[in-house]
Amino acid sequence: MIPALAIENLTQDYTTGFWRKRSLRALDGLSLRVEAGEVFGFLGPNGAGKTTTFKILMRMQRPTAGTARILGCALDDLAMRARIGYLPEQPYFYDYLTAREFLLYCGVLCDLPKQAAAARTETLLAQVGLTEAAAQPLRKFSKGMLQRVGLAQALINDPEMLFLDEPMSGLDPLGRREVRDLIARLRQQGKTIFFSSHILTDVEAMCDRVAILHRGRLVESGKLSDILKARSNELEAVISGVNETALAALRGFALELQPTPQGARVRLRSDRDLARLVDITQQAAGRVVSLNPVRESLEDLFVREITGQVNDP
Amino acid sequence: MKFVHIARNTFRESVRDRVLYNLVVFVLLLVVAAVVIGRIAVGQEAKIIVDAGLSAMTVFGLLIAIFLGLGLVTKEIEKRTLANILSKPVRRAEFILGKYLGLSLTLLVNAVVMAVAITLALLYAQGGADSLQWRLWPTAFLLWLELLIVTAVALLFSCFSSPALSALFTLLVFLIGRWSLDLKLFAETASSPATRWLSRALYHLLPNLANFNFINQTAYGQVVPWQLLVGNTAYAVCYIAAVLAAAVLIFERRDFK
Repeated sequence: MIPALAIENLTQDYTTGFWRKRSLRALDGLSLRVEAGEVFGFLGPNGAGKTTTFKILMRMQRPTAGTARILGCALDDLAMRARIGYLPEQPYFYDYLTAREFLLYCGVLCDLPKQAAAARTETLLAQVGLTEAAAQPLRKFSKGMLQRVGLAQALINDPEMLFLDEPMSGLDPLGRREVRDLIARLRQQGKTIFFSSHILTDVEAMCDRVAILHRGRLVESGKLSDILKARSNELEAVISGVNETALAALRGFALELQPTPQGARVRLRSDRDLARLVDITQQAAGRVVSLNPVRESLEDLFVREITGQVNDP
Repeated sequence: MKFVHIARNTFRESVRDRVLYNLVVFVLLLVVAAVVIGRIAVGQEAKIIVDAGLSAMTVFGLLIAIFLGLGLVTKEIEKRTLANILSKPVRRAEFILGKYLGLSLTLLVNAVVMAVAITLALLYAQGGADSLQWRLWPTAFLLWLELLIVTAVALLFSCFSSPALSALFTLLVFLIGRWSLDLKLFAETASSPATRWLSRALYHLLPNLANFNFINQTAYGQVVPWQLLVGNTAYAVCYIAAVLAAAVLIFERRDFK
C-alpha cells in the first residue's frame, strides 16, 4: 500500500551571514512514513525542524537533499494538492475578507465549483462554530477564532490527508477539546492526519504513532505503546468510598496518595502491595474503581530524548 | 483560470483597503482647479484642466502602481498568507499573474473614474460638449498602459529585492523611461565607448515611456494618432509579458524561509 506520506533523507541547509557565509543544518536526513488512515504526531522542541519540514511539504522551500511524496505523488503535483489540506502554524489570513469570503476563496482555489464551495463553506462554518461571525472581517477575529477559520479552510476540499502545524496553539481548553473531537471524527472518516504539537497530552490522546525531532534529526519514532516504556512494576489504583482510617492505612505503604472527592488515587510499588490495598478498601466498604500499570508519559519520553534525562516524579 | 480568482481577490483587497479613496482627493482637486482656473485664466481653462488633470492622474496612478505593485508579493510573504496559497493547487505563475491583473484592474477603475472627472470638469468649464472631451480618452488610455508597465517592473523587483530598494529602482526605471529619448541621444553622442555601450543597453532594456506621454499635445488640441495607439499597445503588451515572465522565473526559484 502506498504510504500517505513518505519522507526520505530530507535535508535542509540554510546559509547565514553576509560576508562570512555559514551553513546551518535545519533538517538532517529525516526519513519517515505515515500510513493511510493514521493520526501521526510530529513532535520536537522549538527549532527542531518541524516547521521547516512543513514548509518543504507545502512548497515554500526546496530541500537541499532528499525527497518527499504525499499520497504517492511528487510535491509539485497539483492534482495531489487538491486532495490535501494544510493549517499553517500561525494562521495569518487576508484580514480584509470575511470568514465566509475567505473560505469561498479557498474553495475555488482548490478546484471546487462555486456552488459546491459555497455549500461546503456553510457546512464548515457551522462545524467550527463560526456561523454567527461569518460576515465579520477576519481582522476582528480573536486568535482562537482565526485558528478555527484555519481548520475550516484546511477542510474545504474534504481532503484525504491533513497537515496541521500546531493546531492547538492559541486555543482555550474548550477549543482544544473541540479540535481533539474534530480530529477524532476525521480519523473515523478514514482521513490521514499529520500534525505537530507542543501539547503532549493532546498528542498522547490522539496519535497512533509519533516521531520526535531534535536539532533536525529524528530521535524516536514508532507506536506510542511501544516507545512509552512501562516504568518498572508500578501500578496506579483509583478507589472510592473509603474513610480516613483506610486512607491512613494506605499511606503507610503507598508511593503516593492523592485524595479525590470520591476516594483516592494511589500509586503502588508493585502488585505485592495490591492485595493489601484491596483488603483495606473492602474492609472500609469501599470499591476499587480502576487499576492501571504506570507508564512513562509522553512528556517523560520527550524530556528523556531531548535532554537525556527521565523526568522522574 | 485560478488567476482570475486571485485577481478578483487582489482587486477586492485594494477596494477594502480604501485605495480608491485617492479618487475623492483627485476629484476635489479637479473641482477646485476647474472653478479657480476658470476665474484667473480666461480662455485657457480647458487646456489647463486637461494638463493638470492628466498629470495628476499620472502621479496618483504612479503612487498606486509603485507602492501597491511592490506589496503584491512582499505583503503575502510578510503576512505569511502565501503559505496557504502555495499549499493549494495553485501554480506560482498563476499567483503572479493573478496578483498583477488584480492591480491592473484597480488602476483601470482609477483611470476611468479620473478621466470621467476630467471630462465633467471640461463640460463645466467649456459650458457644453467639445471634441477635447473625448480626445483626452486615448491619452488616458496610454497613461494607463504606462502604469501597467511600471506595475510589472515593481512586481519584478519585489520578487528579489527589499521593498525600499524596489521602490527606488522602480522610480528610477520610470524616470529614465520617461527620458528615454535623451538616453538615446546620450548613447549616440557620448565620447567613451563604454558609456555609449552602457547607455545603448539601458535604452533597449528599460521601457520607453516617453511615447506614452501625450498630455501636452492633447492639451493643445491634438489627438493621439491611431498608429501610436496601436504601436504603444503592442509594445506595452510585449514588454509586460517579458517582465512578468522574468518575475515568474525568479519567483518559481525562490525559497520562503
